[in-house]
Amino acid sequence: MKPFQYLRPKTIAEAISMATDYPEAQYIAGGTNLVELMKRGIASPSKLIDINHLPLKKIEHRYDRLRIGALALNSDVAKHKSVLSRQPLLAQALLAGASGQLRNMATVGGNLLQRTRCSYFYDLALPCNKRKPGTGCGAEAGINRTHAIFFAGNGFGGNEKSSCIAVHPSDMCVALAALDTEVVINGTSGERRVPLKDFHRLSTLQPELDTNLQPGELVTAIEVTDNAFAQHSHYLKVRDRASYAFALVSVAAALQMDGGRIWDARMALGGVAHKPWRYWAIDLMLRGQAPSEKLFREVAEHEMQSARATTQNAFKIKLTSNAIVAALKAATGIS
Amino acid sequence: MDIDHDAIPPDVPDEDRRFFLKQSMFIAGLSMAPVDFLQAALAPDDGPVGNAVKVKLSLTVNGKRRRISIDPRMTLLDVLRENMGLTGTKKGCDFGQCGACTVHVDGRRTLSCLTFAVMQHGSKVTTIEGLSDGEKLHPLQEAFIKHDGLQCGYCTPGQVMSGVACIREGHAGSAAEVREYMSGNLCRCGAYPNIVDAILEVKKEGAKV
Repeated sequence: MKPFQYLRPKTIAEAISMATDYPEAQYIAGGTNLVELMKRGIASPSKLIDINHLPLKKIEHRYDRLRIGALALNSDVAKHKSVLSRQPLLAQALLAGASGQLRNMATVGGNLLQRTRCSYFYDLALPCNKRKPGTGCGAEAGINRTHAIFFAGNGFGGNEKSSCIAVHPSDMCVALAALDTEVVINGTSGERRVPLKDFHRLSTLQPELDTNLQPGELVTAIEVTDNAFAQHSHYLKVRDRASYAFALVSVAAALQMDGGRIWDARMALGGVAHKPWRYWAIDLMLRGQAPSEKLFREVAEHEMQSARATTQNAFKIKLTSNAIVAALKAATGIS
Repeated sequence: MDIDHDAIPPDVPDEDRRFFLKQSMFIAGLSMAPVDFLQAALAPDDGPVGNAVKVKLSLTVNGKRRRISIDPRMTLLDVLRENMGLTGTKKGCDFGQCGACTVHVDGRRTLSCLTFAVMQHGSKVTTIEGLSDGEKLHPLQEAFIKHDGLQCGYCTPGQVMSGVACIREGHAGSAAEVREYMSGNLCRCGAYPNIVDAILEVKKEGAKV
């Protein structure tokens, strides 16, 4: 590991000024991903800015939204009263991820910013456009059973020099993508807000960039707008073992129902794309309808028409389709 | 004197192995010799002092304040094992995937391999050596012995630290819940059913954990 100088800012402004002054600096919060990246030589900051002592841990409901500080721990968010009562989908997704120990360390901001777990990204001996732009994608013709099936436009991740078929590993972000979430970001020119859908990037052109965060910027909070989904939401995660594994496929379904009919529907898919994959058309397809397995099957197959398998992950198309049906059945309570 | 738990010969019969483990845990507890005390008094509120080569910091480990001067790249795991001789905490994968390095930091179970020690300046750390009361084992350690919750024993300190936290967090209500909340601790010998039994028994009997 490359030597680094450890810095511990006391204020947000001090942290941002440190990150701006030292382009090779990186923020560290829980460290559950960054420490591994540093040990493997994938990240090598010369200054490590420890933001854990900034006042960004608060979870509160104000006006029409739940505001969660970027340093709130995943385990604290998952058991917070306001989260459980107002956004149970978020709590479910958090508890589906990682382990008790990791959830005690990982923060909400770090969860947003974690890197992919694609094995080519972690192996310095193999090509990877995300780790080393222009070297190619090892996964495309390699071991790719866990990789993406949804891409920007009609192509794969991009052209040969920029392709990337890695998936975003977060569970939390899949739930947030299904809900109306804004990411609050601070930088030298003040605060800005980005809808979660525009925070993460698809892999086209510059797969080395996971997000639209600018150099020196710091995520300070996320805000989830109130909704009427609490009674009919479900997070379904399908993985290679029963617990403590990244998703092969996950589905966050959030519905509003009244009188036996669906009046509003949101869905995002995890483990299938370079960012949490929002199923935008689902609201149009379900609105005003009575829940049934037949309807859910049609809805699932509709979205899967635009999926494309790589060499080893064709099974994921059927798996995702089945997972969508199962998540919608669980959310609506039909058997 | 440092006791290396890794050095237990693999062919030691089970009973002796348990005795060895008990005994070495006890001796390791006694042998926490002060390491590298520094002149500078560090208040936990002040940040660690230093540069990219050495930082001075203080940690409270098993109730005892320790001041150390280390390379900032050292993880909490490496400081516990290498600087403080607390080799009960194990290095398994060193990448946060196995749980063998689990310790409690400010009362929360944490992976000591995925946090730099310098980030924990001012924290209170409890390791497996700090769990027992001298020779008197913690109820969950006793339960592991009773239920045969180990075979090679390498994952055991992490399992025990995680299991204690699992009970304290209120996640030991059923076998299914224990399995889910203990999933971050791998056991390649496959002692899982016995580990679950040990945790459920301690929870059921209501001993103070």
